[in-house]
Amino acid sequence: MRQVAIYGKGGIGKSTTTQNLNAGLAAMGKKIMIVGCDPKADSTRLILGGLAQATVLDTLREEGEDVELDMVLKQGFGGIRCVESGGPEPGVGCAGRGIITSIGLLERLGAYTEDLDYVFYDVLGDVVCGGFAMPIREGKAREIYIVCSGEMMALYAANNISKGVRKYANSGGVRLGGLICNSRNVDGESDLVSAVARELGTQMIHFVPRDNMVQRAEINKKTVIEFDDSCGQAREYHALAEKIDGNDMFVIPTPLSQDKLESLLMEHGLMDA
Amino acid sequence: MDPKAHVLERYHAKVFKNRKEHILRIDHAEEAQTITANTRTIPGIITNRGCCYAGCKGVVLGPLKDVAVITHGPIGCGFYSWGTRRNKAAPDEEGKNFTQYCFSTDMQEPDIVFGGDKKLRAAIDEVYSLFSPGSIMICSTCPVGLIGDDIHAVAAEAEKKYGIPVVAYSCEGYKGVSQSAGHHIANNGLMKRIIGADDAPPATKYSINLLGEYNIGGDGWEVERILKRCGYEIVSIFTGDGSWKKIARSHMANLNIVQCHRSINYVAEMMKEKYGVDWLKVNFIGVAAVADSLRRMAKYFGDAELSRRTEEVIADESAAIAGEMDSCKTKLDGKTAALFVGGSRAHHYMHLLAELGVRTVLTGHEFGHRDDYEGRKVLPFIKEDADNKNIEHLHVEPDQKKYRAFLSQEEYGRLKAEIGLEDYAGMIRDMENGSYVVDDLNHFETEQFLKCLQPDIFFSGIKDKYMLQKAGVLSRQLHSYDYSGPYAGYTGAIRFGHDVIMGLYTPAWRFVTPPWRNISSLEGSFGGDI
Repeated sequence: MRQVAIYGKGGIGKSTTTQNLNAGLAAMGKKIMIVGCDPKADSTRLILGGLAQATVLDTLREEGEDVELDMVLKQGFGGIRCVESGGPEPGVGCAGRGIITSIGLLERLGAYTEDLDYVFYDVLGDVVCGGFAMPIREGKAREIYIVCSGEMMALYAANNISKGVRKYANSGGVRLGGLICNSRNVDGESDLVSAVARELGTQMIHFVPRDNMVQRAEINKKTVIEFDDSCGQAREYHALAEKIDGNDMFVIPTPLSQDKLESLLMEHGLMDA
Repeated sequence: MDPKAHVLERYHAKVFKNRKEHILRIDHAEEAQTITANTRTIPGIITNRGCCYAGCKGVVLGPLKDVAVITHGPIGCGFYSWGTRRNKAAPDEEGKNFTQYCFSTDMQEPDIVFGGDKKLRAAIDEVYSLFSPGSIMICSTCPVGLIGDDIHAVAAEAEKKYGIPVVAYSCEGYKGVSQSAGHHIANNGLMKRIIGADDAPPATKYSINLLGEYNIGGDGWEVERILKRCGYEIVSIFTGDGSWKKIARSHMANLNIVQCHRSINYVAEMMKEKYGVDWLKVNFIGVAAVADSLRRMAKYFGDAELSRRTEEVIADESAAIAGEMDSCKTKLDGKTAALFVGGSRAHHYMHLLAELGVRTVLTGHEFGHRDDYEGRKVLPFIKEDADNKNIEHLHVEPDQKKYRAFLSQEEYGRLKAEIGLEDYAGMIRDMENGSYVVDDLNHFETEQFLKCLQPDIFFSGIKDKYMLQKAGVLSRQLHSYDYSGPYAGYTGAIRFGHDVIMGLYTPAWRFVTPPWRNISSLEGSFGGDI
C-alpha cells in the first residue's frame, strides 16, 4: 500500500488534481482510498459525483461512540473509496486537532485494508500546525507530491512545505516524490518549476496544462476522465497517473533560502514585471 | 561545605548559572542583597509552582462565595481545583455559597475540534437556571487558549441576557512563569468590572477593605473578629469569604489593608491610583505582628478613641493567650524551621515561629517577585521580560468623580514613612544572618538542604509533603494548614503552636525504616572465572 499526501498552496488545484489523478490510477485497475483532510470537506466531490458526504468528525460528534466505517466511507468512480475528515467552520475550534482525531479514528475503524494499492491524503493549504502534518507523521504517508504553478506564491508555499517534509523525513521516513505543475499559463512556467524542483533535489513529475475541460467536468461534478475520456486533458491525467505509479525518485528535499528562491524567480523573468 | 555550594555542586554549568542567582545566604553586612525571582523554571526541574489558572481561579476568584466560577476546559482542571484550597465561606444574606461547588464545561475532543463556545453558553444557562448567582465568572484553561474560544464575547452575551456581571478571564495555565500571572489577571478583571460598580457609602469613618486574606482554615474570620472588636467596619474582603457585591463598593472604604502582598498588590495599587484609597501592608500572623498592624492602622485614622480601643484589645487578647504561648514555647524553644510557601506567607510565619522559640533557617517563595524578597524599593529596577510583558498591565487614571483622599497632603507625608503607607519592605530584611532564602526551591534542592540544615520542621505544601515525611522530617502545609486552622490572630497563634508541638512530639515518620535499609535490593552472582 502506497500512502501519498498531496500538499500545496490554497486554491492551487490540489483537490481537482488529486481526484483526476486518482481517476487515472483507478483506470489502471488500482484500488484507492482518498482521505480528504480539509474542513470544507470537498476533496471527494468529483469522485462521488457531488454526493453529500457525512464527515468523520461530524459523525463522531453526532453519533458519539457508535461510529461504523460505512457511515463515513463511500465508494465513487472506479471503486475509489472516499472519506472526508471534515472539521469546524472557519474561525472556531481546531481543524488540526480534527485531522489527528479523524485519522486515528479511521485506523481504529479498519479503513486501511490490505487490498488497497493507494491511500491519498488531500491536505488543506500550507503545513500550518502539527495537525496538518499528521498525514506525514508516524509513518502514514511516505510519499509527498506538491501541487504548484509558476506563480510566485505557489512556489513559496512549495518551498515551505518542503521544510515541513524535511523535518519529518528525518524522524518519520517521509520522502518528496515531486512537484506537480498545475499550469496557470505563466511565462516560462515549465522551466521555472523544473528549476525550483531541481534545487529542491526533486523533479517536476508532470506539467498539467491549463484546459477549460477541467472546469466543464467540475461543473458536472465529474473528473475529466469520467466526463470525457477521449479529450486531451484526460490523456494528461492518465500520463500523470502512469508517472506517479512508476515513480522511483523519492528524496529528502533541500529547501531553498529566501534569496535563492527569489533569484531563481528573477532569472526566469517573473520579478521584472 | 557551605550549604549553597553543596546544593549547587551537582548541577551542570547551565543549571548552576541559573540557580545560583535564586539562592542567597543572608548577610546583612552586605549592602542590598539581590535575588532572582519570577523567572522561568528550567524544564525538567521538579518545581512546586502552580499554573496561571490555579492563581486566577484557585486563589483569587474561587473564594468569592456569591460568584459561580465556571472552569472552561476539560474536567481535570476543574476537578483538581475543587475544594483543595480550604478557603472557608459562610452563606451570604440570601443563603448562597457556591464555594463548595465545582462548575466545569467538561470539554471533550469534539469541543476542541469544533470549538467550546457552545458548551460554555450552555454551562452558563445551566448554572443560571439552577443557582441564579449574582455574578458568573469564567476561567480559561490551556486548550481554550489554543483553539481560541472567544470567552469574552460569550460573557458579554450572557451578561446582556441575564443582567448580572459575567466576567471572563483568559488565565490559560501556560501563561507566565507561575500562578503569579493568574493573580494579576484576576486582579485586572476585578478592577475593570467589579470594583467601583456600587457607590453605597460605608456607615462609619473606620471603613477598611481586607486585601489578600483568603480565609484559609478560617484565618479571615479570626482577623475580622479582632478588627471588629477594635471598631473597624469591614467593607469587603479580597477574597476569603468574600462577595462580589461587597467588592463592588470597596472603593468607598477609607483604607486598604494588605495581608498577602504578592497576590493582591495590583488591586491595592490601582485603587490608590484610581480612587485615592491608601494601602497599608499588615500581617496578622504572630502576636507582635498583629499588635504592630493594629497600631499602625489606628495611627492612620489618627483617632484617640480608636487608639485607646486598639490598645485595650491588644492588651486583653495578648493576656488571654500569654500563658498558652509560654507553655508552647517551652516545648518548641531551640527548634529550627524551613518555610517554603507562597509569595508572602513565608515572611508572615517567620515572626510567629520566632515568638514560639523556633528559628527559621531557610525561607523561600514559589511565586514571589523580587519586591516580595527585597522590598518595593527595587520595583523601578526590576527588568521586564517577555513573560511579564505577556500579562496585561492595566493603566488606570484618577476617577474624576470618585477619587478622594482620606488624608490631607500634610498628614499623608508624615504618615507615609511612619506607618509605611504604600510600602512593603520585603522578607529578606527580617531574616537572620546566615539563614538561606531560595526562590522556586525544587525537589532536589529540598533534599540537599534537609541534609545540610537539618530543620526540625518543614513548612510547605502538598507537592513536597510526602517526600519530606519519607525523609523522616515533620511536614506542615502552610497553603492549606492540612486539616487545621485558623492560624491567624491570637487564637490562631496558639492553635499553630499546638499543631506544631503535636507533630514534633509524634515523630512517626522517623520510626519507619524503609526496606532498602535492611534488605539488599540487588541480587546477582559472579560470572566467569574469579
